[in-house]
Amino acid sequence: MTETFYEVMRRQGITRRSFLKYCSLTAAALGLGPSFAPQIAHAMETKPRIPVLWLHGLECTCCSESFIRSAHPLAKDVILSMISLDYDDTIMAAAGTQAEAIIQETIDKYDGNYILACEGNPPLNQEGMSCIIAGKPYLEQLKHAAEHCKAIISWGSCASWGCVQAARPNPTQATPIHKVPGLAPKPIIKVPGCPPIAEVMTAVITYILTFERFPELDRQGRPKMFYSQRIHDKCYRRPHFDAGQFVESFDDEGARKGYCLYKVGCKGPTTYNACSTVRWNGGLSFPIQSGHPCFGCSEDGFWDKGSFYDRLTDVHGFGVEADADEIGATAAMIVGGAAAVHAGVSVVKRIADKNMTNKDGGES
Amino acid sequence: MSTETSTVAHKEEAVYVYEAPVRLWHWINALCILALCITGYLIGSPPPAVGGEASFSFLFGWIRYIHFSAAYILIIGFLLRIYWAFVGNSHAKEIFLPPVWKAVFWEEMLHEVKWYLMLTSEPKKYAGHNPLATLVMHIMFVWGLVFMIVTGLALYGEGTGMGSWQYDWFSSWVIPLFGQSQDVHTWHHLFMWVIICFAIVHIYAAVREDIMSRQSIISSMFSGWRTFRDDRPADDIHS
Ligand code: HEM
Repeated sequence: MTETFYEVMRRQGITRRSFLKYCSLTAAALGLGPSFAPQIAHAMETKPRIPVLWLHGLECTCCSESFIRSAHPLAKDVILSMISLDYDDTIMAAAGTQAEAIIQETIDKYDGNYILACEGNPPLNQEGMSCIIAGKPYLEQLKHAAEHCKAIISWGSCASWGCVQAARPNPTQATPIHKVPGLAPKPIIKVPGCPPIAEVMTAVITYILTFERFPELDRQGRPKMFYSQRIHDKCYRRPHFDAGQFVESFDDEGARKGYCLYKVGCKGPTTYNACSTVRWNGGLSFPIQSGHPCFGCSEDGFWDKGSFYDRLTDVHGFGVEADADEIGATAAMIVGGAAAVHAGVSVVKRIADKNMTNKDGGES
Repeated sequence: MSTETSTVAHKEEAVYVYEAPVRLWHWINALCILALCITGYLIGSPPPAVGGEASFSFLFGWIRYIHFSAAYILIIGFLLRIYWAFVGNSHAKEIFLPPVWKAVFWEEMLHEVKWYLMLTSEPKKYAGHNPLATLVMHIMFVWGLVFMIVTGLALYGEGTGMGSWQYDWFSSWVIPLFGQSQDVHTWHHLFMWVIICFAIVHIYAAVREDIMSRQSIISSMFSGWRTFRDDRPADDIHS
């Protein structure tokens, strides 16, 4: 039997006091209320660690980078030992054949019981040749591991939506996990973001092992506790938005005063994430706090939605690219002009007809 | 001698077309659309920043508030208007149910198009809407408004949050349908211009018909009565 979390923590020199602190802080982060702290503690004390296979497809490793920086008091020690991270080619000690052997070992040993954490996604074109791991397409590794896992975590925007490698025209046909054809139908939880917030990642894992199920998900498969509100809804600059105080350009007085970044393209109003509440680097800051608009990295297809500094997507077509107002105003001008011309012609025609009838009348 | 000038005496046979609820709806709806276009444009392109303490000002809040209030009036009006299509007179149904399955509808539509292209010297005569007007209003105003209401409520539900009826009934499926929230904003914004374009056409056509057609147009939307300039029979198609 594998060790319990608690045993691992104690072995790593963590006191019981710190352990209980961790449990209550995690309960708070998950929005569960203090009564859940003992439940988390109990789970940690009695449950064996969950084995996790952490596979990397097409990605930039920013999810891993974020994860290992979880500033939650004990994350560094706890989270990494909490899960039995059996395979993660970026941070594991083993390499080469030895490392790859662990995948099969885990699959055999914990068939149907391990969590498959996917960072990045597989390319489908050229039979997956654009992402080769240990001499084989990542696509095969992914499908094989998914076949035997209990559930899948899609880390980051790559695994959840596709991200930059899937941006138009997507030459390798990079495909998010839930859309990979032929993948075993396992429950998938999406934790989007480029990268996701470290504390969100660790909290999701803690929830899964405490309650042995996924937290409540929204329609798109994201945990509601972190993705049910927009950055805008909890933004500390929101009063400036309601007041009508906007930054017009990055070096103006408004920017110095910390006004709302809406007019310089902030995508806070259209982005579901926890940045404005959990923030980054241990609650130190987040993009808007640093004076830069949110560019919506946790939203589906954010690379294909035009400039990072426009709130709305440009419309392409007929070889032109324009925003909604340019197109609309042009169309309204054309329609208005056409109406005016039509009115003019109608008047001329009417006068002409009148003259005609008068002439006819005169003759008869 | 000419039959065209209205000075020639003829039997003035007026028809009661637009019942009071329809007229009321028409003008309230028009005012709401005007308010929604102005505030909607300002939501997309906010006016220059106001200075001073944030807590002393609520400018953008008010712009949005007017947008949402007008939106709810428009929605309730639209629902009541649909109700009236069932209980009102036959003209109250016209823009909701153009008889597109009838050949004569398309024939007369062609005639109306010719009239607008000035290829024919005399329009047909209608107590209700002409076929072209019926179809354009059906597509642009009925479906245009449905589009704005559905996307608008989806955006509104994002603010009221999960668990609100706006979110559960609209945002939860509209946002994934369009891709993401930003796309819903873009389409909601773009369709404002579609509505503006057709409002221009609508107003122009109403004025032109008022002057050049064989029946009253603008005054009818105030009084409800349609009057005619000649006493030949009307060409309405009944669905
Ligand atoms: C003729 C009807 C309407 C027009 C022309 C209109 C126009 C607009 C425009 C241009 C925007 C700005 C979009 C952007 O740039 O992000 C907007 C935003 C919005 N509209 Fe409408 N709209 C209409 C109806 C409605 C309705 C029926 C609702 C329902 C409640 C609604 C709710 C909203 C909401 C919630 C926003 C977003 C506000 C924000 O981001 O702060 N609209 N509208």
